[in-house]
Amino acid sequence: MSLLELDGVKVHFPVKKGILFDRTVGHVYAVDGISLSVEAGQTYGLVGESGCGKTTLGRAVLRLVDVTDGKVVLDGTDVAKLPEKEMRGFRRRLQMVFQDPLGSLNPRQNIESILSEGMAAHGIGANQKERREKIKEILAKVGLPGNSLSRYPHEFSGGQRQRIGIARALVLEPDVIICDEPVSALDVSIQAQVINLLEELQESMGLTYLVIAHDLAVVRHISDVIGVMYLGSLVEEAPSDALYEEPKHPYTKALMSAVPVPDPEVEDRRERILLLGDLPSPANPPAGCRFHTRCPWKQDTLCATERPELTDLGGGHKVACHFAAEIAAGEIARTSGEVVPAVREGVEDVDPEVVATSGSVAEAHDDAAEAADAAEAGEIAVPSPRGESTDAEAHDAADPEAPAGAADGDAAEASDGKLDKDEPVRLDKEDEASEGKASEAPAGK
Amino acid sequence: MPLLNVDELTVTFGGRGRKDVKAVNGVSFSVDEGQVVGLVGESGCGKSVTSLALMGLLPRKGVTLGGRADFDGSDLLSMSPRKMRDLRGSKLAMIFQDPLSSLNPVVPIGVQVTEILQRHRGMKGEAARKEAAHLLDRVGIPDPDRRLTEYPHQLSGGMRQRALIAMAVACAPRLLIADEPTTALDVTIQAQILELLKELVDQEGTALLMITHDLGVVAGLCDQVNVLYAGKVVESSGRRELFAHPTHPYTHGLLGSIPRLDAPRGEPLNPIRGSINDQIAWAEGCAFAPRCDRYEMGCLTGTPELTEPREAGHEARCVNPVLATTEVPA
Repeated sequence: MSLLELDGVKVHFPVKKGILFDRTVGHVYAVDGISLSVEAGQTYGLVGESGCGKTTLGRAVLRLVDVTDGKVVLDGTDVAKLPEKEMRGFRRRLQMVFQDPLGSLNPRQNIESILSEGMAAHGIGANQKERREKIKEILAKVGLPGNSLSRYPHEFSGGQRQRIGIARALVLEPDVIICDEPVSALDVSIQAQVINLLEELQESMGLTYLVIAHDLAVVRHISDVIGVMYLGSLVEEAPSDALYEEPKHPYTKALMSAVPVPDPEVEDRRERILLLGDLPSPANPPAGCRFHTRCPWKQDTLCATERPELTDLGGGHKVACHFAAEIAAGEIARTSGEVVPAVREGVEDVDPEVVATSGSVAEAHDDAAEAADAAEAGEIAVPSPRGESTDAEAHDAADPEAPAGAADGDAAEASDGKLDKDEPVRLDKEDEASEGKASEAPAGK
Repeated sequence: MPLLNVDELTVTFGGRGRKDVKAVNGVSFSVDEGQVVGLVGESGCGKSVTSLALMGLLPRKGVTLGGRADFDGSDLLSMSPRKMRDLRGSKLAMIFQDPLSSLNPVVPIGVQVTEILQRHRGMKGEAARKEAAHLLDRVGIPDPDRRLTEYPHQLSGGMRQRALIAMAVACAPRLLIADEPTTALDVTIQAQILELLKELVDQEGTALLMITHDLGVVAGLCDQVNVLYAGKVVESSGRRELFAHPTHPYTHGLLGSIPRLDAPRGEPLNPIRGSINDQIAWAEGCAFAPRCDRYEMGCLTGTPELTEPREAGHEARCVNPVLATTEVPA
């Protein structure tokens, strides 16, 4: 039995029209049948693009919006059907950390007041003195100075405000903390601090998180299990590593290939699947598979007519796609969508060392010759004008050995020298690494 | 001779009785013809103010500009407003972060696109409309004729950004400044827009000045990268060299802070401590010193100079740079 279980949760917002009669003319299907379970002490990450319903789902778990249909079971109690009065007491066990740290803190309340308000409401601590002790303890845990108690939100930086938000959730000792985009409003260096804090707290206090975010890299970093949402429903759910290693749903594949990696070596060597068009409106979702209007692997049968269920393909890897197995086996070809080849341009400012090592693999002769050719052709030194880079030579560059366009004369000389020796000149640790990457990456794709 | 050469640009906002704010504090970089140059930094580092200064879009009152920005033989900072207006939109164009607020909400897209063609290319009537449709088609907007009659709110976020790009490239500019062009967009749309920018740069030979906080975007796009901190360039290098050997502790820390999709799980991130508020004036020493792990007494003896501690063409502003390859974040 998991700590938090969602079973077929639906949240539909009515669209109303008319002044007198308030006719309901349709519904926005924000969340449309989601089932998932969060284990105690683990982190469940929910990713999706804007408009996919991930935030609404988080709010539905807390009953900040009403659940249209389905069950939200926390520790054996169905939260979705609790009367409002009981729900109020129950909210202590479900707490939320919001996206905008400034907007979610009352600017006229000092920190002590913000943090003790919830405690007083839920009867934690006999008097203010006891509460203050507890607050001090929690503030130390989230890394805020002890003198923060009498200060106001505007006196803190963005990262510190988010720590206050986390502290506000922690003082109530909740069972599950729902983090809605906890770091997306923060700068990169501050982001890392808050992510580390969340992880440390989980380790030391055994917390359970439901993390909602649009950044796949952040979610993969902190989650044990990841669910990918598209237009109100889950399209794929898998343990974090399994999802990264082998995304099975076409949408996950596209999403993953779109996330930029801060490493030029990786960026140049991976191919990207570009989806066509935009997200359809959740008020009028496509029939059949929700993703079929943009799916690069769309088939003529089933996709447009029948909505796929989330089915387990083994190892807890669940996919909602009629053709997941066939796509994984490579039996179905892509029918639409654009694939951007791995390498952007031909001759570039490549690390000379990479050239040196690639020369040391079996095809040393060819490489060195190529490098020399490139050097003679005068395509070195300056990054070539982009207009020329789409010709045949640029495509050669997709091969691992082809960062042949050396950065400067030295590199060309180095490869020249190897025409005779046919031996690696030097191989330090780093070179090995880059060689491994160079020869493996394109083959895998 | 580079296309754009920015030399010791300073932008000071008058404090109206309080202390003046130096948002940009001596930034120098250059953009060659057809090159993609990145300006990277966190919020408050002066990257957007730099772009606004170059475009002449800062208010005249209360702002003091210093230094030079030579574009195509003339100084952008001292140019008369009239000449600047001729240049803006024709040879020099800009794409903004938020596509909704940079389009006029009460004017159809078509009018907004043809306006540029009328102003800079002297086109009129049907010819201008045809060219506008062609431009929208060029940036991948389906059914351009219908879109021309629509208003910005009728377009999706990605589509609006495409329309802005169409307006920016309408006169085949020599330099395109993109200020966080994908920050407001979803990743799948971001990938589309970045691909479009690459394509335009490849085909037209336009130089691109890419301003962003996302090192991932820079890694895939820029030839030359300048890292800004507190209004100064702290590191500048070719992108491969920069990502392989981040030399300034700030760049090093930034790369260690980013959760990577392809990194093994379970490794904690290495954040930079403190926040951007913990800084000292450049005149006294390195502004990054209070957050730096490699801080030493030498950091506080005046502004550190840009040097080339690793190799030629890779500059870093640090007295105690990260040199050993073992310190490179995984």
